[in-house]
Amino acid sequence: MKLLVCISKVPDTTSKINFVDNNTKFDENGVQYIVNPYDEWYALVRALELVEAQGGSVTTITVGTASDDPTIRKALAIGANDAVRIDADPSDPHFVAKQIAEYAKNENYDIILTGKETINYNGSQIGGMIAEMLNTPFVSLATKLDVNNNVATLERDVKGGVEVVEVVTPFVLSAAKGMAEQRIPNMRGIMAARTKPLNVISPVEQEPLSSVVKFELPDAKSGCKYIEPENMDELVELLHNEAKVI
Amino acid sequence: MSVVVFVEVKNKVSKAAMEAVYYGSQLGSVTVVTYGDTSEEILKELGNYGAENILVCRSLNESNDQALTNLIVAAVEKTNAEFVVLAQDQTGKGVGPRISAKLNAGHISGAIDLPETSNGFVVKTNVYSGKAIAHVALHSAKKVISILPNSLAPQLNQKDANLEEFSPDLGTFGIKVKELKSQGDGVPLPEAELVVSAGRGLKGPENWGIVEDLADVLGATTACSRPVADIGWRPHHEHVGQTGVAIRPNLYIAAGISGAIQHLAGVNGSKVIVVINTDPEAPFFKAADYGIVGDAFEVLPRLTEAVKKFSASQN
Ligand SMILES: Cc1cc2nc3c(=O)[nH]c(=O)nc-3n(C[C@H](O)[C@H](O)[C@H](O)COP(=O)(O)OP(=O)(O)OC[C@H]3O[C@@H](n4cnc5c(N)ncnc54)[C@H](O)[C@@H]3O)c2cc1C
Repeated sequence: MKLLVCISKVPDTTSKINFVDNNTKFDENGVQYIVNPYDEWYALVRALELVEAQGGSVTTITVGTASDDPTIRKALAIGANDAVRIDADPSDPHFVAKQIAEYAKNENYDIILTGKETINYNGSQIGGMIAEMLNTPFVSLATKLDVNNNVATLERDVKGGVEVVEVVTPFVLSAAKGMAEQRIPNMRGIMAARTKPLNVISPVEQEPLSSVVKFELPDAKSGCKYIEPENMDELVELLHNEAKVI
Repeated sequence: MSVVVFVEVKNKVSKAAMEAVYYGSQLGSVTVVTYGDTSEEILKELGNYGAENILVCRSLNESNDQALTNLIVAAVEKTNAEFVVLAQDQTGKGVGPRISAKLNAGHISGAIDLPETSNGFVVKTNVYSGKAIAHVALHSAKKVISILPNSLAPQLNQKDANLEEFSPDLGTFGIKVKELKSQGDGVPLPEAELVVSAGRGLKGPENWGIVEDLADVLGATTACSRPVADIGWRPHHEHVGQTGVAIRPNLYIAAGISGAIQHLAGVNGSKVIVVINTDPEAPFFKAADYGIVGDAFEVLPRLTEAVKKFSASQN
């Protein structure tokens, strides 16, 4: 089985979110980067489990600059066989999807796995775009994945429930919670990761179709109004007359 | 300007559908595209929010991403539309990016407002798990906009909608749906307007009755913090936060949840937050609109009674 896992770096979940240069750039000052949890905990770990049980290889792919290499090494330490980095700034989702689709086009991957979203852009866009560019099915928000020869059985979140679907490879999926358990890399993995191949390749042309003009921080809450635990009638009255939510 | 709005309608027109149609009507003349066997009468209600034409594909009965992409793109070709508008829900997350790739159109993933057009075409979306807002400009001629549920109040915009059957060739695809495990009839979390949530402070799964009682009297959906789902006290689909479901209800009531930054990231889009916690120093109070320093085991039943009394007085 030949699997490709899309990996991106995101600020640690406890990072303070601020912007610089007139609110046009994320303030990286003091920020620690991690592998996007959906990519790492669910997509990558499930891919590794499948290959460990059935044979094959797991390659990671990242559209990014050299500053992504530490998080790519982390994915290699967890167990991926090798990594590809397409050397470009991942600014626009079409651009990113196009790079991955172009790379994957001739490589005959059975499954391309992405996280369901990144925790910085929350776009949920890359998987679906790659699938359309490669003209394959896309199983979004998958919470379970099993593969038997060239037929995969998945569970995915849909409106009002969970759908069980069967798909013939090749296809693309986005991984959500439930697909696997987080793995902590061990010392051997970390040592091995240093010498695993990380191939850097050049991007193909693709006009960006979108760009971020600026960022803003949401309005801060005006403060908390405290209500005595005995006075729940007062709370209901406030929710009805003041907040107007019930 | 011609706009194609994609909606899913089952037994009634959902808030997400009203929102999408209303949003589209603010951009131009709306053609709704939908599928399934929903009655004409229900579909025509979309006219109340600005739909002028409704194209319904009766032969399609399941939410297959590739079939829906082809259906929507066929509607775009038929109407020569410049915009596609849809909801950023489970279906939208599968279909939105596909359509945008197929049309080579820029995509707003999770719009929270109408576009600003004084200088280009700029739409706001939530980023950094709700901790910031990005103003995203689209540069392509065609544009796809997926709306984050519960972002704008749909207003009446009465049109006499014309209904037409629409059956373009949708092709055949490699996904087969084997089974649908329903989560019951309740409103799913991403679309819920009222949510009652609890955390480790509830001490054990046997104590969730008081959470469900409050949810029942409010007509709310239940949620929980991550550790509660991880230890198996509650099902995973109830886990809200940065690594669970992100929600934007009008009201979020959190009992026995400390308010860790990762939890807040999934709920900070809530319009009003009520926090119940024994610890006056719990970080959640900083993000709350209304706070009750008290024991959830006493406060929740009391709140349930107060809501019952209030509902009775309204009738
Ligand atoms: C990468 C990462 C991602 C994460 N993602 C998420 C996420 O998506 N969602 C999420 O929720 N968490 C997430 N977490 C975990 C998060 O950091 C917190 O550990 C978690 O939210 C705490 O859950 P809790 O508030 O239920 O429990 P606790 O932190 O244990 O808080 C329990 C609270 O209950 C109060 N309490 C106790 N008894 C009572 C009583 N009788 N009545 C009222 N109050 C009482 C206590 O004062 C306390 O404030 C993540 C963590 C990491 C590192």
